[in-house]
Amino acid sequence: MSFLHAFTRNRGAVLGLIILALVALMAATASVVFPFSPWDMQGAPFAHPGEEGFLLGSDSLGRDVAAGIAHGAYVSLLIGAVSTLVGLAIGVSLGAIAGYAGGLMDDAIMRVTEIFQTVPSFILAVVLVAIFRPSLASIVAAIAIVSWPPVTRVVRAEFLTLRNREFVQAAEVLGRSRFAIIVHEILPNALSPIIVLASLMVASAVLLESALSFLGLGDPNLMSWGFMIGSGRSVIRLAWWMSVFPGLAIFLTVLALNLVGDGLADALNPRLSRRR
Amino acid sequence: MPISGDHALSRRALLAGTAASGVLMTLAEARAQGITPKSGGTLTSLLTPEPAILVPGVNNQAPTLIASSKIFQGLLDYSMALEPRPVLAKSWSLSDDKLSYTFKLQEGVTFHDGKPFTADDVIFSIMKFHFDLAPRARSVFQKIKQATAPDPLTVVFTLDSPFEPFLLMFHATAAAIMPKHLYEGTDFRNNPNNQKPIGTGPFQFVEWQRGGFIRLKKYDGYWKKGQPYLDEIVYRIVPDSQSRALAMETGQVLMSGASDIEPFDVPRFQQKPNLEIETKGWECFAPLMWIELNHRVKPLGDVKVRKAISMAIDRDFILRRLWFGVGKVATSPIASTTLFYDPASKLAAHDVRAANILLDEAGYKADSSGVRFKLRHLTLPYGEIWARLAEYLRATFKQIGIELTLESTDTGGWASRVSAWDYDTTINFLYQFGDPTLGVERTYVSTNIQKVVFTNTGGYTNPEVDKAFAAGRNGATAAERKTAFATAQSLLIADMAQIWIQEMSFPTIHDKKARNLIQFGSGIHACYDDVFLA
Repeated sequence: MSFLHAFTRNRGAVLGLIILALVALMAATASVVFPFSPWDMQGAPFAHPGEEGFLLGSDSLGRDVAAGIAHGAYVSLLIGAVSTLVGLAIGVSLGAIAGYAGGLMDDAIMRVTEIFQTVPSFILAVVLVAIFRPSLASIVAAIAIVSWPPVTRVVRAEFLTLRNREFVQAAEVLGRSRFAIIVHEILPNALSPIIVLASLMVASAVLLESALSFLGLGDPNLMSWGFMIGSGRSVIRLAWWMSVFPGLAIFLTVLALNLVGDGLADALNPRLSRRR
Repeated sequence: MPISGDHALSRRALLAGTAASGVLMTLAEARAQGITPKSGGTLTSLLTPEPAILVPGVNNQAPTLIASSKIFQGLLDYSMALEPRPVLAKSWSLSDDKLSYTFKLQEGVTFHDGKPFTADDVIFSIMKFHFDLAPRARSVFQKIKQATAPDPLTVVFTLDSPFEPFLLMFHATAAAIMPKHLYEGTDFRNNPNNQKPIGTGPFQFVEWQRGGFIRLKKYDGYWKKGQPYLDEIVYRIVPDSQSRALAMETGQVLMSGASDIEPFDVPRFQQKPNLEIETKGWECFAPLMWIELNHRVKPLGDVKVRKAISMAIDRDFILRRLWFGVGKVATSPIASTTLFYDPASKLAAHDVRAANILLDEAGYKADSSGVRFKLRHLTLPYGEIWARLAEYLRATFKQIGIELTLESTDTGGWASRVSAWDYDTTINFLYQFGDPTLGVERTYVSTNIQKVVFTNTGGYTNPEVDKAFAAGRNGATAAERKTAFATAQSLLIADMAQIWIQEMSFPTIHDKKARNLIQFGSGIHACYDDVFLA
């Protein structure tokens, strides 16, 4: 209750949540509102927004931009959510082990993490997708692989401070297994920064996927916002709507995710939320 | 394929024995229009991508050939109807047994280092230089049984059997004349002169700033009095397509050709009053584009399926919407500017309903989601427009119940998968070089089914077609060949061997004050000794 209260006090966060809900609704109802493939040619090419029954205009092949945005929402959110889950799974497990075990194990894991952090993440993602051929799976994998290191660092730091607390020592004395201590004692207490981080990871995953698609490294069989901007770029003087509307969609979604992330950070931080 | 650009030629002038001078005609034309050529000035042009080297033969990719054709010359050039025109050969004749070709060479020609050009240079270039370096040249020049020079300005080539398209092989892009005294006995590919090319052309090499520009200047000892008119030609290398369009728009360069300007940028140049857009000048190359089907993949071996696909494609839409009208709808496996094109040939009209009926009759039933069968499509990785085309095909195939899954690769991956026959459908385009024997036969005859790209990788076989192409290749007279190729065309269309889509052309966009840029079938590959700035 106090969490909800704290969260709703942040108006930006509420706005973000509303936008996000609308995008999710759009994704969920895409195939009802636009009961055809976004790749289908529906009419005259280069129709202006509002013309020929195209709410947001049509592209160079006569495909409906509005349908592309709705179907693209599903792809963007799906990739954002799944790759974040995968990235979290990797990052949390490694961070927890490093933070709890310490010593050599900690050193080994952190050195590997640093290797990943020194490589520019976007370049690494491009290389991975190019090697494994662009597909839904390879894109999710690439985004997950470049996004886990910060999670590992945050989780490790949390575990380092928590593992010496009295309740952990008590659990150790009581003879609980290491696994149980990590999962049941420490992890729940380290959850708030992870949740905040996760919301921002979804945002960066959406951006990454868009950037990959923009460069032509998206799954060629999935409509996505980045792809729409990329394909509209060359004719932007002829048909601005082909790039502008998907651009707006990305902008609003990423902004919403960031606002929600901020709101969560505030609400989950007791000191901050009280100060407001 | 698309990048390799040797060239093409013709038979008609053979019949004439000797041809009139193309250069004189252009001058006469210019004067008739009241424009007297003016000396001086620099022609700036785009060139994309940056060539690897400026020596033809050592490298036969498009940008090399465009720039090097100003430095090196061939014996002939060709009109837009593919009739030979004199360049380094003043005249030529064919013996009555159709085996011996005699070329009389121009007098007073020197290389840029001042050494005279003679028959020995011609024989060296044809029999050694290009023969060793270029597979396409070798495939034709191996028919030469004997090459002799009765005097320093006469060359005689004797063939082992009559070969009508022989005269089409003498353009600067296929058999440029190289200086024998600099190349003989050396490793052609690593000869130091490759860095500072020396030819007989109207322009000589000055400097090349990698990634920036290539500068050529007028050769004062050029063999045509008073020519060339230009002082310099500068090729600017601009990697980004939008920056190229901008350079053209702001007048930083006076011309662009080949694939410098993307088709989607062409419309915005049409409204510029100071610019002219020409699409002629590709007759010697005549690239034809098609959907390449792998006949080994079921059910693409079924002629009814191929016909249905052909009828489902709206070629006009592709031309207008994707290529913005740059090109021409294909009507045959032979491009209409190529010799022996049969004007009577026609492809079935766009009719999705008929295509569906045809597939129904052939027994390909649609399942509950309307899918008859699934195929993969390997997208040609040459840039955006090809990705759009693949998306168009997927949407179109869906209308006749074929689910197409797109696969992306890079250029190397595309070539290796096509040459390994590891694809269902893809897009391909090949230069036709003006004569079906030189550029069309290779895609359809069963003897050329190879695990090599740009051969008959689709695996199409029809003994009748093999016979027709052989008759066309060996036919001694144009009439015989014409009959043979007409048969080949109608057989290929009846079989819908591949799904021909479009005759490609590339816009040459230039400032109106640059004159005489496109006068030959070789277009921007001409030597430009008569180009001037009005």
